[in-house]
Amino acid sequence: MLTYIRRRVLLAVPTVVLTSMVVFLMLFLIPGDPASIYIGEQTATPERLAQIRHVMGLDRPIYVQYADFAWHALHGDLGRSLQTSRPVAVEIGTRFPNTLELAAAAMVIAVALGFGLGLVSALHRSTAVDTLSMVVALFGVSVPVFWLALLLIMLFSLRLGWLPATSEPGLRGLVLPAVSLALLSAATLARLMRSSMLEVLRLDYLTTARAKGLRGAIVVFRHALPNAVIPVITAMGLQFGGLLSGAVLTETIFARPGLGKLVVDSIQNKDLPTVQGVILVLALIYVAMNLLVDLSYAFIDPRIRFE
Amino acid sequence: MTAAPPARRPRGLWSDAAARLVQNRGAAAGGLVFLLIVAVAAAAPRLAPDNPIGLNVSESLEPPGAHHWLGTDQFGRDILSRIIYGARVSVAMGFVAVAISVAGGSILGLLSGYYGGNVDMAIMRVVDVMLAFPGILLALVIIAVLGPNLGSAMVAVGISGMPVFIRVVRGSALAVRELQYVEAARVAGCGDVRIIFRHVLPNVLAPVIVLVTLGIPGAIISGAALSFLGLGIRPPTPDWGAMLSEGRSFMSTAWWLSTFPGLAIVTIVLAINLFGDGLRDALDPRLKL
Repeated sequence: MLTYIRRRVLLAVPTVVLTSMVVFLMLFLIPGDPASIYIGEQTATPERLAQIRHVMGLDRPIYVQYADFAWHALHGDLGRSLQTSRPVAVEIGTRFPNTLELAAAAMVIAVALGFGLGLVSALHRSTAVDTLSMVVALFGVSVPVFWLALLLIMLFSLRLGWLPATSEPGLRGLVLPAVSLALLSAATLARLMRSSMLEVLRLDYLTTARAKGLRGAIVVFRHALPNAVIPVITAMGLQFGGLLSGAVLTETIFARPGLGKLVVDSIQNKDLPTVQGVILVLALIYVAMNLLVDLSYAFIDPRIRFE
Repeated sequence: MTAAPPARRPRGLWSDAAARLVQNRGAAAGGLVFLLIVAVAAAAPRLAPDNPIGLNVSESLEPPGAHHWLGTDQFGRDILSRIIYGARVSVAMGFVAVAISVAGGSILGLLSGYYGGNVDMAIMRVVDVMLAFPGILLALVIIAVLGPNLGSAMVAVGISGMPVFIRVVRGSALAVRELQYVEAARVAGCGDVRIIFRHVLPNVLAPVIVLVTLGIPGAIISGAALSFLGLGIRPPTPDWGAMLSEGRSFMSTAWWLSTFPGLAIVTIVLAINLFGDGLRDALDPRLKL
């Protein structure tokens, strides 16, 4: 199992390095002079640009610049925001808890709803319950997050007045954003859970379990579920990344001060250091999540452990 | 080959699939609705009752009624006309973005799977990096570089969709490359390009077609999301995502602004999803995409 863990961790290293390179190179891919992009001024004089280039180290070879960027990033220095002049790392640090809270709440809802719907569907295959659950799931994957959020605000905030429409600290302000963010993941997990469970339920060892007289609940939860859940767990890792990036839309709609809203505002304000910082952080979290999912396999599925 | 004429109607993968597809009512209905929307988009100037970008402040924020079936927006523009014209942007977004994904993804996937070795290694690392930016994030990276407009939104959504094509095409190419008829073609003196396009490509077509149909709704939603964030199409061009974004300011007074464009998105996405699911089952019931 140690070999497996070591191999997985080693495989993640090139991804992390290449990802940071892509983020670093954004500065040079944007049409225009990096120096003027970096200070956000379009009308600087050539002398001033040359000075900036020297101060920022843009006159050095590109690999030296990347090494510098990576070294600083490793030490938590992501540059300064062009808008607020505060360190990007501080901007990210103050907003990250909001995004994490939202994504975690949405994940809990998505897992509860997705597992529930998928299980019920699989256990009542080809009945009205199954059809209804899968119709709900199909709508879930077809309704855009941003529209669902607007509908929820119109109904629960403006019409009924039950919940706040914009960000508000505490649980009440979290409900609508989390629910609208969760729906797509819930629907995806439900579909996957259903097909995975159906596949496992057909297997011989479950027929044996039933034949020897085990109760239905034990067959389902002790024998079928642990095997059915493996592919769903991979999807959960991917879904969490989807939730983090889905927060871009949800946070903008609910005016939640999180990383998603920060990156959208920064793109609109041409605040490149902030864009780079947020994207790097989100991508690294996602890579780390996927690594954790891969590693968790080893604990869940003994076949991998003994490979 | 001058064998006797076939006793039965010749059957193949595609005719079998077509027969199965027609029997699937959900898929047939989905396909029909999608064709209808494409037709509406094409005939927008003839169908739209009003000018989608003509300002008429005296009729601003009128609720749905006999004069304006779906109401008007804050500038007095007819919502129905804007939705009809907006179908053009959405359909174009879906097709262009997925065309980019499929072209880039197939070429990289074929190269990766057919040549293997270092080529495969390099392309797979690129895929890993693309996949490190989840969901809309890769599109945001590209838009931050290219600047926010419809063209870069299409490119951004197209490139974000590439990894899944690369992986599926690569997998199929890997399997096909070892088959005897490919070896036979090589012995017969065929060059790599000919083998890839004549012998390998047709065999990876079925999963690619399914991925295309399932990719279009995703591209439409991503495109609308970018417009919604103000990072896609520029006003005043009618676009469903941008209409929803404008409607946000009037949610408490004019519900129709942010309701109907969303319904339009759900309709087209649901239709293609139904059709795509049916197509997947029809082409290969074992295919899991």
